[in-house]
Amino acid sequence: MQNYLEFEKPLAEIEGKAAELRAIASQSEDEMNVEKEAGALDKKAQTILVDLYKNLTPWRKCQVARHPDRPHCKDYIENLFTEYTPLQGDRVFGDDTAVMGGLARFDDQPVVVMGQEKGNDTTSRLHHNFGMARPEGYRKAIRLMDMADRFGLPVVTLVDTPGAFPGRGAEERGQSEAIARSTEKCLQIGVPLVSCIIGEGGSGGAVAFATADRLLMLEHSVYSVISPEGCASILWKDAEKMREAAEALRLTAQDLVKLGVADTVIPEPLGGAQRDREQTFVAVKDAIASSLKELSGKKPKQLIKERRQKFLDIGSKTLA
Amino acid sequence: MNWISNYVRPKINSLFSRRETPDNLWTKCDECSTMLFHRELADNLNVCVNCGHHMNITPRERFASLFDGGTFAEFEAKAPIADPLKFRDQKKYPDRLKAAQKKTGEKDAMLLGYGDLGRTKVVMAAQDFGFMGGSMGMAVGNAIIAACEHAVNMKCPLILFSAAGGARMQEGILSLMQMPRTTVALQMLKEKNLPFIVVLTHPTTGGVTASYAMLGDVHIAEPNALIGFAGARVIEQTIREKLPEGFQRAEYLLDHGMLDRVTKRQDMRDELISIVRMLMKLPPAIAADLEPPAKIEDKTKKSEVAKK
Repeated sequence: MQNYLEFEKPLAEIEGKAAELRAIASQSEDEMNVEKEAGALDKKAQTILVDLYKNLTPWRKCQVARHPDRPHCKDYIENLFTEYTPLQGDRVFGDDTAVMGGLARFDDQPVVVMGQEKGNDTTSRLHHNFGMARPEGYRKAIRLMDMADRFGLPVVTLVDTPGAFPGRGAEERGQSEAIARSTEKCLQIGVPLVSCIIGEGGSGGAVAFATADRLLMLEHSVYSVISPEGCASILWKDAEKMREAAEALRLTAQDLVKLGVADTVIPEPLGGAQRDREQTFVAVKDAIASSLKELSGKKPKQLIKERRQKFLDIGSKTLA
Repeated sequence: MNWISNYVRPKINSLFSRRETPDNLWTKCDECSTMLFHRELADNLNVCVNCGHHMNITPRERFASLFDGGTFAEFEAKAPIADPLKFRDQKKYPDRLKAAQKKTGEKDAMLLGYGDLGRTKVVMAAQDFGFMGGSMGMAVGNAIIAACEHAVNMKCPLILFSAAGGARMQEGILSLMQMPRTTVALQMLKEKNLPFIVVLTHPTTGGVTASYAMLGDVHIAEPNALIGFAGARVIEQTIREKLPEGFQRAEYLLDHGMLDRVTKRQDMRDELISIVRMLMKLPPAIAADLEPPAKIEDKTKKSEVAKK
């Protein structure tokens, strides 16, 4: 069962009809040839799909970035890496299931990989707290980055989070401090740090993972200081103005490259990453591989210096 | 509403509205509602004389109350590109900026000063909650970078007073990027083994707390200051339970290990002098040797603001 977004309704109708037609044909005892009709519907659906995705508005991109069928952190780790060995716990308080990470091999090269996992059904979503990390998640990330630094392993982060978890315990255990330290750690390690925003890059919760040498973004991923809904309710005093807010915030991968915040946009299959996972995995893998290649051979000091300079330089580019 | 309030009152008001005296001679305390006379309040550094509630204080007033003799040299950071996103909500961002500049008389939400604190050179940076909620945008980021650079050049500590609702949404992702940018600046300071002292004032929330405000060598807060990452309302909606009394207040954070101290504004100068001198391995300050800080109202007379 495929999930459709609200704006994909016309598409859902046509694709639904085509599927229905084929189902009837396969169940009926007589030889029914519906391929001609179904094929025509497929063609129509394709035209609609191309049309819908030709110029996605920023708000629609947010919806695609949050699509429930979109591949998540776990899927990328399983498909892009081998020998993934999860490592757990922050050694202070507990283990945060919103953040997964550990040792793995990328093209046989040992690396540390980590990211936020949103889950893909009710049970796993609750288990992973919808990808909203608590302080323990950021402290686990700090621990893993420290380890990577000590053993000279590159770090790959996969970012997909609505933001840090707004909870009582999270505040009491120092959510702010944990995020600040994780961002600080990103800027301190002398190993290559490549980050890929695979879905939502939500505010400070994303910064703590995405302060990298190279920031890759999937074509329909977003990275923002606040969710369009949150921004709309504060500045427009109306959460329903999220379309306007999404527009104004300039949160798309394309705009972020212009602003010098992101380095590369990774093209997605037509209709979003969920429509062809294999193709997405290949594209993301290639992009990570080429970023790691660019960074390999650089001395720790040089890496740190260039990474810091990259962030100091942000703000000198405009959209024009 | 009747004809008296609609017609007569505006007429009477217009007759008496051109008073020479300032209209805010009295301020009502937000906590205990005591009416406070402006001179008395200023003498007490905007702290309520009745209940001890710490009210907002502008960065200039704060500097005047801390630096020796209230004298400091103001210096400025590189001006960022104005309105990089051409942001527009119900108002245009440049219009909001202009309104805030007119209201506060400052260019943006962070003031920088260099001078003596107990005969010790320090750089101070103070965030202005009155300027668009103290929000952190490119200008605030540049100011922190400039403050760190100045402290490194002068080989002196940096004392930062934080006050902000968070990042400045009107600068979108660029405001968020001030989290790593300011962190880079602080690393330059730390690598030179120079102290970074954060004084968290009411309120310090969002991306500001989750970056430079939580990366100090020493964390001091003013009493009852609201300090946190997520807003209390958002948390209540998420966890569907009532938050405890004093949640996200300075004393609560002190209990939970996020702060070193909660210090009254009146004691802040002495405490900062003491901490700074110990971290810089200087002999103890001799109180009699120090010029008393200026009173807030004398600031225009005493502080000779030198622009770099």
